[in-house]
Amino acid sequence: MLEIQGLSVSYGAVDALKSVTLSARPGAITAILGANGAGKTTLLRTISGLVKPRAGAVRFDGDELLGRAAEDIARLGVSHVPEGRGVIAELTVEDNLRLATLWCMGRRERQKAIEATFELFPRLSGFRRRHASTLSGGERQMLVLGRALISRPRLLLLDEPSLGLAPLVTAQLMALLRDHTQGTDLTVVLVEQNARSALSVSQDAVVLNLGEVVMSDEAAVIAADSGLRHHYLGF
Amino acid sequence: MTPPVPSGSWPRAPWVRRLRLPTQPLARHLVLALCGAAILYAVTSSLSPYNDFEVGEIALYVIALAGLSLLTGLNGQISLGHGAFMAVGAYSAALLMTHTHLNLLIELVAAIGAAGLLGLVIGIPATRLKGPYLAGMTLLLALALPPIADKWSTTFGGDQGLTTTVPSAPGSINPEEWLAWIQIVGALITLVLLANLLRSRYGRSFRAVRDDEIAASLAGIHVARTKVIAFVISAACAGLAGAFLGLSTGVVNTGEFPLTLSIQLLAAMVLGGTGTLMGMWWGAVLLVYLPQWSTSLSGDFNLGSGASAYLATIIFGVVLIVVMIAAPTGIQGGLRWAWRRVWSLRSGPGDGTPTVSRHPA
Repeated sequence: MLEIQGLSVSYGAVDALKSVTLSARPGAITAILGANGAGKTTLLRTISGLVKPRAGAVRFDGDELLGRAAEDIARLGVSHVPEGRGVIAELTVEDNLRLATLWCMGRRERQKAIEATFELFPRLSGFRRRHASTLSGGERQMLVLGRALISRPRLLLLDEPSLGLAPLVTAQLMALLRDHTQGTDLTVVLVEQNARSALSVSQDAVVLNLGEVVMSDEAAVIAADSGLRHHYLGF
Repeated sequence: MTPPVPSGSWPRAPWVRRLRLPTQPLARHLVLALCGAAILYAVTSSLSPYNDFEVGEIALYVIALAGLSLLTGLNGQISLGHGAFMAVGAYSAALLMTHTHLNLLIELVAAIGAAGLLGLVIGIPATRLKGPYLAGMTLLLALALPPIADKWSTTFGGDQGLTTTVPSAPGSINPEEWLAWIQIVGALITLVLLANLLRSRYGRSFRAVRDDEIAASLAGIHVARTKVIAFVISAACAGLAGAFLGLSTGVVNTGEFPLTLSIQLLAAMVLGGTGTLMGMWWGAVLLVYLPQWSTSLSGDFNLGSGASAYLATIIFGVVLIVVMIAAPTGIQGGLRWAWRRVWSLRSGPGDGTPTVSRHPA
């Protein structure tokens, strides 16, 4: 269970998040929706320890995350897939996967986990020893998702995973995400510009506008609210 | 573009295939080191004592350059102060030699430890600095350290410095060859250890941190700790190299570790091939021989002593520019690229493992 209370973040004089309170439950995908500048990315970066907030609390399964270094939060089982980046370009595909398991697995278990990841993303298995810099955008997104999943996280933070992907690949990605979440204790927080596809895959949703929570409810309820959709989600 | 050559038009003889190096990293590196040792043994025993002395100097510079290559090439931290770490290693070993009568091995370990400790002290604040700021801080170290030796001249011997003694050679081996051998063994052990380190989790972490600190930290890599470890290892290498330099020159004083040494180390590392270990041999050869060539060159052209003093620096600069234009990845990178070209011409496309050229072809 991820619980965020009164979270405020500012970049200098600009308030990116204003006393945001929300929660995300395990076994479900919680979509964070909103226009550009709503504070979606800042929210994820604060949870994973990349941004230091002004005030508030971020608790995950009873652990207070605020004040910890990003690498320590990652080791608590929080995998953050940042927007449009997150692969190490100069390492091979296999080494990228290996990197995320160095601190949590033995040699044999690691090799198994790597093979399992290649089964999940068969396309990547042909590129094992290629540098990540030679992959296409979609392949990189698969790699970074594979790297996020390989350490068996309890909380997965995804920032615009569909960015730059073909609609078909996006659909596959979302289906994969749903399969990975349902019936498990994995908590997924999904930030998406594409509200329609995000709402179709998620159980809960939170709408942010200019750093404030406008509404937070079940995804079906938000998808049914045509006024809200028009105003904040653009469809 | 090269015309495609039918695959298998140059069948490799079976013995070539059998000569493949072992795939296990440790075994591979040990085999390479033993081959290197055999070649260098043959070379040193056939050379004059003065040439042996030079081979030893090359070996000691390889140690310092390999450490710098790891720090800059693989971890992305720049250091303009590696001469200072060499000085710390040299003075530590020399102090132990003057005041105690310990085994040379213990003195060398002390030199490694002292330089590594300073590396820790410098490495921790260095994690907060990047690029030019880090260069500035390490530059300051190279400038600030020599005056300390001058200030406490009773301990550090002032301008005269401290004298070092090489343990006497066994049997009828001449002392220069013996010293060269100590230094060569030191260099080969250092290279094997570093090569294995780079193939380990540490090597991957170093490169991950260099490429993208945020991505590395999100993957659970301790960024600051990784950078400090790289700094300590690099400084420790420089410390060993410094102790060896003290042995070569027979005396340790501040004049041996000027600011230009730090800058030349960095330039030689770039020339050899940033991030490579084997490339450091080229860099070290240039460090040892360029000053000599420039001296003889200025003699040939009857240049005055003022001009000849600068000639080495000028040649170093020119070589650096030429190499950077012809082979941006340094001499080793250029050789690797040429080797791959030859290999792909011989075996034709589609044969062997696909490699990604990191060299703009």
